[in-house]
Amino acid sequence: MEDETRKSGDLWSGVALAALGLYIVFQARQWEYLGPEGPGAGFFPIWYGIAMLALSMLLIVSQLRRRYARGNAIDWTRLGRAFSTWFALAVSVALFKPLGFVVSFALLTYFIVAVMYRRPLATAALVAVASAAGFYLVFDLALSVPLPVGVLGF
Amino acid sequence: MEILAGLLNGFAVALEPANLFWCFVGVLLGTVVGILPGLGPPATIAMLLPLTFNMNPAGAIIMLAGIYYGAKYGGSTTSILMNVPGESASVVTCLDGYQMARKGRAGPALGIAAIASFVAGTVGVLGLMLVAPPIAKFALSFSSPEYFALMSLGLALVVLLAGRSIVKALLAALVGLWIASVGTDLFSGTSRFTFGQMELLSGIDFVVVAIGVFALAEVFVNLEVREETQLLPVPKGLKNLLPTMQDLKDCRFAFVNGSVIGFLVGALPGGGSTIASFLSYGLEKAVSPRREQFGTGVIEGVAAPEGANNSETGGALVPLLTLGIPGSGTTAILLAALVLWGFKPGPLFIPEHPALFWGLVASMYIGNVMLLILNLPLVPLFAQVLRMPVYVLYPLILGVSMVGVYSVSGSLFDLLLLMVFGLLGYLMRKLDYPSAPLILGLALGAGMERALRQSLMMSEGKLSILVSRPISAVMLSFAVLVLLIPMFGKLNAWRLRALEQG
Repeated sequence: MEDETRKSGDLWSGVALAALGLYIVFQARQWEYLGPEGPGAGFFPIWYGIAMLALSMLLIVSQLRRRYARGNAIDWTRLGRAFSTWFALAVSVALFKPLGFVVSFALLTYFIVAVMYRRPLATAALVAVASAAGFYLVFDLALSVPLPVGVLGF
Repeated sequence: MEILAGLLNGFAVALEPANLFWCFVGVLLGTVVGILPGLGPPATIAMLLPLTFNMNPAGAIIMLAGIYYGAKYGGSTTSILMNVPGESASVVTCLDGYQMARKGRAGPALGIAAIASFVAGTVGVLGLMLVAPPIAKFALSFSSPEYFALMSLGLALVVLLAGRSIVKALLAALVGLWIASVGTDLFSGTSRFTFGQMELLSGIDFVVVAIGVFALAEVFVNLEVREETQLLPVPKGLKNLLPTMQDLKDCRFAFVNGSVIGFLVGALPGGGSTIASFLSYGLEKAVSPRREQFGTGVIEGVAAPEGANNSETGGALVPLLTLGIPGSGTTAILLAALVLWGFKPGPLFIPEHPALFWGLVASMYIGNVMLLILNLPLVPLFAQVLRMPVYVLYPLILGVSMVGVYSVSGSLFDLLLLMVFGLLGYLMRKLDYPSAPLILGLALGAGMERALRQSLMMSEGKLSILVSRPISAVMLSFAVLVLLIPMFGKLNAWRLRALEQG
């Protein structure tokens, strides 16, 4: 059952890449392939699109024909932790416009320390404030590297 | 004579106080990065790349190269003390290094790793210095068809050695080519794959993809688990770190083996330091009179792979600087760095920018000495880096990644793209798609397309131009042969064994 999950990962990634290959070929067909001055904008993409389509079909067929998949089984707890971090990071980026980098980054750090690593809330708050302040001091003030600014002005 | 004059000029550049400082910063950062498991040189260089835009290019390339080879010194520390490689090239060092540490010989293991790294690293730079100028001169005769063939060969070699599944590695490379096509076509002005987004008209920045696929993906993978690995005690005092005379005598062949294999494999696009260290370990084991003891804590088993992965740096810079062809993810990022600073790595790079090339070569000699000094007496201090809580480290990496991307364009859209590529990099790792071919496809994509289209313009649309010129025909034949290797059972078994070990 777990091997099946792994197998389906390869299968679905093959399907996704086949769709991408198909999209590339369809798009490239709308651009000039070969003009009087030589190859056009569609020449190169059409070829790698076809190659992508062919290879992903090969991957799909080899997965369908394989009775037993090799490789490690998927650990959903581990995946959940990684996706939670990705989601928190995405939320933090979305908050850059209203809250600015410093506050958003402090919130992200707090989430990672308190939720992902289950450290005491005081430790999380300390790490979050110190990291955000460190970034502001090093990048914004010392190196003059601009950070996204929010409605609060920092 | 020409080489000697170049080297002297190079030392004049490298010994400038500012460049010495950047060299020190690079090797120091590299050592720390090498020690930290889960943060490799490509991720670090990608993250720091945007911060070098305002630097003097000589100082910037000296620092980034310092990170590259410095990480290989640091990588052995965690392999020996924790049985966890600090970076992929140090995987083989775990085999005997950790066993030595368990037997109470962590000091000599760390010491011999630093000495072998110094010896082989210096030999690698010597090789770079002697081999690069003649190769560049030879490559001056290359035209578009030869360049297209060369890039195809480079990509084929990377695909061969980058993943367990050739099909997946090829697919990753094709995705890289596709990302490179996004934006306005410079020949015709046609906008391609922009999904109606104005921000995509100028293409997708290499830095965004590299940071997403390497740095962010590494953090997501590391954050999957909450546990932290235990560290064996670090020996204190220089005396306890020095190998005995007998140890040095036992490692004589390992120093030569590591230096030569590392350089040769490095110069081959797609080789990489993991393959170099595996090959030199295999050779050392094959010729050793006590080969049955390998894996139980034999000192040559540490010296050979550590030497090879350091010598590989010099070799890897040969195709990058003379042909403009990167052989790995890290050198692809260095290529992007040179291009972003306004240089064009290739046959004209050395004659047009001698100060930069020779300054880099000279700085690598200096950097290797700095690393030996840093890594022998200061190993216990560096090992303290491992005590830094990961819940502090990972948010910092995420923060530096976001600041790095934002500093390139000042665009929140690029940060959204960073999220997309971070997720893509993570999914690629989970599904066993190698990321190096994607980065290489991206780095070479625009150049490949340009070379192909220019070739076809030269021949008025006839593809035969690619096979009618001897150099191009030979290289394309090699590329095809390389992609057919998996069909030959024994060769593919060797390839898979090398990758399993790595």
